Amino acid sequence: MMEVCNCIEPQWPADELLMKYQYISDFFIAVAYFSIPLELIYFVKKSAVFPYRWVLVQFGAFIVLCGATHLINLWTFTTHSRTVALVMTTAKVLTAVVSCATALMLVHIIPDLLSVKTRELFLKNKAAELDREMGLIRTQEETGRHVRMLTHEIRSTLDRHTILKTTLVELGRTLALEECALWMPTRTGLELQLSYTLRQQHPVEYTVPIQLPVINQVFGTSRAVKISPNSPVARLRPVSGKYLLGEVVAVRVPLLHLSNFQINDWPELSTKRYALMVLMLPSDSARQWHVHEMELVEVVADQVAVALSHAAILEESMRARDLLMEQNVALDIARREAETAIRARNDFLAVMNHEMRTPMHAIIALSSLLQETELTPEQRLMVETVLKSSSLLATLMNDVLDLSRLEDGSLQLELGTFNLHTLFREVLSLIKPIAVVKKLPITLNLAPDLPEFVVGDEKRLMQIILNIVGNAVKFSKQGSISVTALVTKSDNRAPPDFFVVPTGSHFYLRVKVKDMGAGINPQDIPKLFTKFAQTQSLATRSSGGSGLGLAISKRFVNLMEGNIWIESDGVGKGCTAIFDVKLGISNESKQSGIPKVPANPQHANFAGLKVLVMDENGVSRMVTKGLLIHLGCEVTMVSSSEECLRVVSHEHKVVFMDVCTPGVENYQIALRIHEKFTKRHQRPLLVALTGNTDKSTKEKCMSFGLDGVLLKPVSLDNMRNVLSDLLEHRVLYEAM
Amino acid sequence: MDALVAQLQMQYRNYTASLYQQGFLDDQFTELKKLQDDASPDFVAEVLSLFFEDCVKLIGNMARALDQTGTVDFSQVGASVHQLKGSSSSVGAKRVKGLCVTFKEYCEANNYEGCVRCLQQIDIEYKALKTKLQDMFNLEKQIVQAGGKVPQVDN
Repeated sequence: MMEVCNCIEPQWPADELLMKYQYISDFFIAVAYFSIPLELIYFVKKSAVFPYRWVLVQFGAFIVLCGATHLINLWTFTTHSRTVALVMTTAKVLTAVVSCATALMLVHIIPDLLSVKTRELFLKNKAAELDREMGLIRTQEETGRHVRMLTHEIRSTLDRHTILKTTLVELGRTLALEECALWMPTRTGLELQLSYTLRQQHPVEYTVPIQLPVINQVFGTSRAVKISPNSPVARLRPVSGKYLLGEVVAVRVPLLHLSNFQINDWPELSTKRYALMVLMLPSDSARQWHVHEMELVEVVADQVAVALSHAAILEESMRARDLLMEQNVALDIARREAETAIRARNDFLAVMNHEMRTPMHAIIALSSLLQETELTPEQRLMVETVLKSSSLLATLMNDVLDLSRLEDGSLQLELGTFNLHTLFREVLSLIKPIAVVKKLPITLNLAPDLPEFVVGDEKRLMQIILNIVGNAVKFSKQGSISVTALVTKSDNRAPPDFFVVPTGSHFYLRVKVKDMGAGINPQDIPKLFTKFAQTQSLATRSSGGSGLGLAISKRFVNLMEGNIWIESDGVGKGCTAIFDVKLGISNESKQSGIPKVPANPQHANFAGLKVLVMDENGVSRMVTKGLLIHLGCEVTMVSSSEECLRVVSHEHKVVFMDVCTPGVENYQIALRIHEKFTKRHQRPLLVALTGNTDKSTKEKCMSFGLDGVLLKPVSLDNMRNVLSDLLEHRVLYEAM
Repeated sequence: MDALVAQLQMQYRNYTASLYQQGFLDDQFTELKKLQDDASPDFVAEVLSLFFEDCVKLIGNMARALDQTGTVDFSQVGASVHQLKGSSSSVGAKRVKGLCVTFKEYCEANNYEGCVRCLQQIDIEYKALKTKLQDMFNLEKQIVQAGGKVPQVDN
């Protein structure tokens, strides 16, 4: 057998040349086949991820075996032993198996590998898309940030100018604008005036008419609108040879007024005024207006509108507050002046009151005294006139003083229980003489359900009735006068702003005085109740009076929670005066004060009643004694206080003491008697007999512990009533 | 006889009425008359006589007080006047009472001439009243003697 050598040099024969080439090729194939798995292993080891290791092993095995096969082939060119053949066969068999397995395996694997590739492509696309979106979101977020910052800047001030200036500045910064301008409508509303710009410090004050088509276009929509850089609103600077003017966007800024807001509505769009904001990108740049930038501009424009309206509201409220403060100050001054005036008037009145009344009283008192003396008829007439005039003057003074007190509100009603029926009869008896002289019959109708005893201010009520009835008499020349009094509930004829509601123990008294006299023009009726105004008809001019009567009556009626009004059918047709007042119903059927005259005066039996009379004056002592004896009493007489104290005992039921003589010694007796009789039921009742029962005397008596006061000289009936009252109630204070 | 009584009664009535009208007497006198009854038939006369005695006494006091050469004690005069006023008002001597009121004012004003004048007037007045009342009582007596009843005369 020839030795195989791997040298290339021996010259082979031609068919051995072919063998030689085969030999070499096989060799290289083997080498390659061995190195491929090595490379695979090396690179796979290097890379972390490779899912098909088993395939790799398989493939490696396949290649190795293929290599082995080719290698073993090298020995098969020459004759070879059976071992080699065996090995060769084994190798080939194995290789065949593995190759087939691999081939089968690859059928599965290759689609997978291919799909990996498509997935990779897909993921790459997705990544690119996400990148894009990220970019977008980032931009939006930035926009939002800018808007928030802008808003913050704009809203951090309430000053109009600052707001607008800040807007322009911030917008310019955010969007890197070349120029930003704001056009405001003029007062007339017909033009837009350039009010604010970003770059130019002192904008040229020029205007454009508001009716330009481009402006209408912008005002017609709430969105930002791209406009031509050549439109008049965008031509802010002289064009200086720039090739390409930057794009311009304009947006409307609503100017909201307070008056635009309805309570539950949004502001009406039709009546709005707008300002125009114009934004210009830098020229000579390829920048374009992006959608998000325009959105930013729109949002900013809205915010500016809100900020401006806040500023406007603030301005108005500040103005209103200043106005109010001014008014407050003025009112304060006025109030103080009024107070000073009132004080001055009150002081004046107080002084005048006293100063005027004193001489007045002196005149009246002395005139009436003069009347009592012996006078010739002429003198008497003169004195009577003096008396009448001074009485009138005194009444007038009282009226004026009353009225001023009424207007102050310082007058208060003096409430007491009194007999209403008696009051009316008294008024009528006072008026009757005059009415009889004027031949005017007066009739009085009292409603059957009119309470007899009521609670109210008797004196003032009498004053009111007297005034009304007096007026009726005064202003009537003929006809009759009727006075009606009734209880009223609610009545349609009352003036509409007054409702009569009887409450509990109160009722409303209505008095109607109807006369057929001069009547009153319906137009004059409101004037009647104003002070000092009188209807100037000649016929009534002579009746005098100051015109205060009705005003005072009205005040009193109002104090009594009532109302007074006059109805008349016209001049010459008479008139009816009606008033309502609120009075209380008295529970007691007894009045305090004037002792009641018993219905059938019988000889009240005081038989054996022991009384003590103390009087220094012999004559009056005797008269009092006679009085009491006539009534059946047993009278003991003393003429001095010491004697009285000595004599008085628990047997005496009443002690009458004369306190006429000036001085307080007489009153001391009362105290001493109180001391003497500590037990109340033993003490005799103490009554003072005096010449005057004015308030001070009464108070004095009360303070000294007297049980009653009597005015001297006492009539028989009086004494009788007094005694019975006294014994029944153990106290008596006779009103004058 | 009845004619005489009637005539006397009418005379009495007129006379009494005139006294009231002329202001000599007032309501108090009427009251006084009411107190006269069977238990005290001469009540009025008694009171009146007491009154006139009082007048004399008080007027005497006052005259003396005013007569002082030198300082006049007006308070003393005033006290007397006060008494007289009380008395006269108790009996219903209207004019006297009125004069007393005036007198009192003069006293308080320390008006000497006024006091003196008043005193004189009071003196005249009470005497006049006394005479008139005397006549009235005489008429009453005549009526009673003639068998008639004294008519009740209120003013």
